[in-house]
Amino acid sequence: MTRSLWKGIFVDAFLSKIKDRRDLLSNKKIWSRRSSILPEFVNTTMRIYNGKNFVRSKITEDKVGHKFGEFALTRKRKIHRTNTGSAKKGGKK
Amino acid sequence: MAQALATPVAPSLSLICNRGGGGSSASPFSALSFPVAAPPKVQGLSIRCARVGGVEIPNNKRVEYSLQYIHGVGRTRARQILCDLGMENKITKDLSEEELTTLRDEVSKYMIEGDLRRFNALNIRRLKEIQCYRGTRHIQGLPCRGQRTKNNCRTLKGKRVTIAGKKKTPR
Repeated sequence: MTRSLWKGIFVDAFLSKIKDRRDLLSNKKIWSRRSSILPEFVNTTMRIYNGKNFVRSKITEDKVGHKFGEFALTRKRKIHRTNTGSAKKGGKK
Repeated sequence: MAQALATPVAPSLSLICNRGGGGSSASPFSALSFPVAAPPKVQGLSIRCARVGGVEIPNNKRVEYSLQYIHGVGRTRARQILCDLGMENKITKDLSEEELTTLRDEVSKYMIEGDLRRFNALNIRRLKEIQCYRGTRHIQGLPCRGQRTKNNCRTLKGKRVTIAGKKKTPR
């Protein structure tokens, strides 16, 4: 369900405070994955926390309106080996 | 499917023909308007179809249901179209030329068929390009709305593939 329009876009307060100061924004570490990407952030590079380390992400015009968290995956993708050996533990049926 | 669609047409058509046979044979067909000049042949049977929104919609169904053969028109929208036009829910072949024209105008207000498909494909491509979570899920061919993937979601994952040598965890 989408957020009500009268509330406006959700951005954490500290981000909305510094949104006009580009020097602060560039290469900023961001823990607030829940904040929306504002048009003011375009053409900056942000480092978004994924729970372990920071993922560098360049904010383009297309990304406006999405949340920061969408661009830093929190899970490692498990790579299944195609040539499986005989002993494989932790496999689920 | 086509066979089942086609069979009811034939008797009704012959009925019309018989009625026409009494007077002049040409007149009832001129009154009945079928916009498609050459009816498409499906399995040797010819089905006469009305064309609305660039697609053929079955003739021997009521308008509400035959409209649903258009991509982008479902139950709600078909009903809405009829409601907006104030049109009677006739069988499609009984529609007059004017009614068909108004129907076409009404249908063309909505985004249907190719436009809709292109619109959706573009949106998905945008998600893929910006590499957001939903985009990556589309690339991986997994559900992107937070469903569980431990089991189920066979629609996206396709048929089950058994992995040889995979055992149940010993307890």
